[in-house]
Amino acid sequence: MPDATIAQPRRSLALPRVNTSAVVMTLYLLFLMLPIYWLVNMSLKTNSEILGGFSLWPQEPTLRNYRVILTDASWYMGYVNSLIYVCMNTVLSVVVALPAAYAFSRYRFMGDKHLFFWLLTNRMAPPAVFALPFFQLYSSVGLFDTHIAVALAHCLFNVPLAVWILEGFMRGVPKEIDETAYIDGYSFPRFFVKIFMPLIASGIGVAAFFCFMFSWVELLLSRTLTSVNAKPIAATMTRTVSASGLDWGVLAAAGVLTIVPGALVIYFVRNYIAKGFALGRV
Amino acid sequence: MDKPTNHKAWFLVLPVLVLVAFSAVIPLMTVVNYSVQDTFGNNRFFWAGLEWFEEMLRSERMWNALGRQLIFSATILAIEVPLGIFVALNMPKRGVWASVCLVLMSLPLLIPFNVVGTIWQIFGRVDIGLLGYTLDRLGINYNYTQNAVDAWITVIVMDVWHWTSLVALLCYAGLQSIPDAYYQAAKIDQASRWKVFRYIELPKMAGVLMIAVLLRFMDSFMIYTEPFVVTGGGPGNATTFLSINLVKMALGQFDLGPAAAFSIMYFLVILLISWVFYTVMTNLDRKGG
Amino acid sequence: MARITLDKLAHSYLPAPKSDADWALKEMTHVWEDGAAYALLGPSGCGKSTLLNIISGLLAPSQGRILFDDADMTHAPTTARNIAQVFQFPVVYDTMSVRDNLAFPLRNRGRDPAYIAERVQAIARMIGMEDQLDRKARGLTADAKQKISLGRGMVRRDVNAILFDEPLTVIDPHMKWELRTQLKSLHREFGHTMIYVTHDQTEALTFADRVVVMHDGRVVQIGTPEELFETPEHTFVGYFIGSPGMNVLPARVEGTRAYIEGAEVELAHGYPALSGKVEIGVRPEFARLSATEGLPVRIRRVEDVGRHKIVRAEFFSHEINIIAREEDRIGADQTRVRFDPDRVNVYADDWRVSGEAA
Repeated sequence: MPDATIAQPRRSLALPRVNTSAVVMTLYLLFLMLPIYWLVNMSLKTNSEILGGFSLWPQEPTLRNYRVILTDASWYMGYVNSLIYVCMNTVLSVVVALPAAYAFSRYRFMGDKHLFFWLLTNRMAPPAVFALPFFQLYSSVGLFDTHIAVALAHCLFNVPLAVWILEGFMRGVPKEIDETAYIDGYSFPRFFVKIFMPLIASGIGVAAFFCFMFSWVELLLSRTLTSVNAKPIAATMTRTVSASGLDWGVLAAAGVLTIVPGALVIYFVRNYIAKGFALGRV
Repeated sequence: MDKPTNHKAWFLVLPVLVLVAFSAVIPLMTVVNYSVQDTFGNNRFFWAGLEWFEEMLRSERMWNALGRQLIFSATILAIEVPLGIFVALNMPKRGVWASVCLVLMSLPLLIPFNVVGTIWQIFGRVDIGLLGYTLDRLGINYNYTQNAVDAWITVIVMDVWHWTSLVALLCYAGLQSIPDAYYQAAKIDQASRWKVFRYIELPKMAGVLMIAVLLRFMDSFMIYTEPFVVTGGGPGNATTFLSINLVKMALGQFDLGPAAAFSIMYFLVILLISWVFYTVMTNLDRKGG
Repeated sequence: MARITLDKLAHSYLPAPKSDADWALKEMTHVWEDGAAYALLGPSGCGKSTLLNIISGLLAPSQGRILFDDADMTHAPTTARNIAQVFQFPVVYDTMSVRDNLAFPLRNRGRDPAYIAERVQAIARMIGMEDQLDRKARGLTADAKQKISLGRGMVRRDVNAILFDEPLTVIDPHMKWELRTQLKSLHREFGHTMIYVTHDQTEALTFADRVVVMHDGRVVQIGTPEELFETPEHTFVGYFIGSPGMNVLPARVEGTRAYIEGAEVELAHGYPALSGKVEIGVRPEFARLSATEGLPVRIRRVEDVGRHKIVRAEFFSHEINIIAREEDRIGADQTRVRFDPDRVNVYADDWRVSGEAA
């Protein structure tokens, strides 16, 4: 039943009815949006305007900063690199996590609880601890500065997370469905792909969303493992520090552009966000 | 739940095992290896036993970083958890505005960490940042690069900005699972707003709230990029948290032995605290189910 | 305790209802007498839960008024109405003990602890959970939880009315009967006004003094179980109550005669000329097979349900059900159906028309 239809008590005082929830949410969203707005604002200004005076919106809006990024390969390749390893990581994490999550949700086997906790500990491992060993490991096997190196490194925290999320969703699917499918003569792989995966489609979506998110926002490992060819956009941003000082406008524009893929992903999954954040555990 | 025992399930777990072993176990072995050796350069190593661990335990720098880290994590949890619950309670339950809130609130979560740092670095600057400029105009002396207290406030506000939505969204998911009949029954029972929260909403949120606390604790304990971009660990060492300290040691000074020993202890502390959380959580799960 | 009056009440979930179908609850005026036990009977989606929520104040009606005795309560909040309500699915406070759950409505109203303890004991005895009072409610079975909900609904003695919204859905059949009997004896003992929503006719007919039948957002008949059975005011009541439901056949009515597909049926009363859709309705209980008189039918099958037999017959394309006694012989020569003229009701556009004495 919509809230609005629930009878409201009559206020005895003739105060104007203030919707406190709306006020709280407005203030909170304002708090969230102001810093982002400021970045967008700056990205549309010239450097001289940024440093010259203070204004709440661009006096002479310019797209110069965006043009700099989108016409310079060393800039925009950063986005391409980031997207490549993020997508590789997302696919890899979900694909290996699917059978494992199924095993955890359906069977008891030797050491299952310990294994599950051990997997989770990797989600808890500080990237800073792994930065140097990763650098040495991938250098020694010749993977340094490749997309796959970053994708593999991010599996460290994304695979356990994907297993955890998917296990939660799979637990919600009744076991009888598996049994019926086997009785109907489905082989395990066919059952898994044709019947089971569609049932947990939203779970797969949520897992993919989280893998995308954590891989996209991580910087320490991706910067450590790359130098030129696979350098992520987030690391490229440090370039704006040059002899002539910071190029604030370009920095802001680059920042705004890193928000765009995330915003797009959120827009597509907006109807699943609430359920997704509960990781299938509600 | 009664699950059948089937050891063949190991084959299903194998891909994960191989992948995680490659990306976690091998590097971890390297760390352990370094932690017990000493080097004089040229890739020549000597057995050093537990020397580095002893040195680290005596190191004031590490204890200070740990202290700062604990204060930081405790502070952000103390702010983000109640604030997140409060925001979740005030979110519209359905309709267009619910979608708008969900999308806008998720936005900070998908911004790369260093961009988060950059945003706040700019936002707080007295010359070009909205926050710094406004505070300066109001006559408040604010400078996060010089003043340790200002730096702390900035880093904490930044973390609250960045992550409160995660807590709120998790709680919101918990709240969404409460049937309307509960609220109606509470009205009929004449329960106060506080009692509705205490006996209906909070119990339903308990599970997801544990996840939220666990995630926030782990991630805040490993925080590196955001404060590093804003303050670089300064002024002085005022905002040098454990990870910043570690990276300074390992990549900055190439003190591999101490850094490795430090890494292991760091990891163990996180593991210990997380294990406690995990145990409490699964116990709750069992009672709830 | 109070008499509850619904005055020209109607409700729509849409902000600006246009057609008749937009109204979940069509305009109605009705008085719920103080101390009576009512059942609100109808299929899912007929508006009975909407009506219940309007009475308890969880929903504000789009139009009309609700009076408790003579006080206008239309916009009063739930708490001011002093009403108890039990929902379809168990609502218990999981983290509280059974005792605290039962005491909750009283404690919130600041009642004296000694009185609360006494009431909780009495209710616990009634729902048979005295030995589980100190258990946490979490982890109890669904029907134990629903018993707690029922108990919480009845723990206050001074309520204006107790509303039940299909409360026994999750309870197993044998327990259902027992709880219903308890509710009934409780009603006799304390005389609360009770409104019991259900879609199960047996539940409604055994519980209530008066049954309110709803169909498509409208109250179609209010009456004792006997009235609903003998003189359904609307063809829907005929269909819905009884097993099988009333036979409804399209007819032409002239004075004391009705004609179905040309065949004549005798009526006990005379009727004026009727317009619109005209039908006659006869309960299967008042139809019997005959070899010599009545409508010629084709018998399709006979179901023996133990106490009696149900004969499924066909007259042209209209189905006619007949209830025959167990000992009645059904011979091959019995191909006619005769209706008891006193029990034949006449309907125009689904509503019953009363006849004049013939």
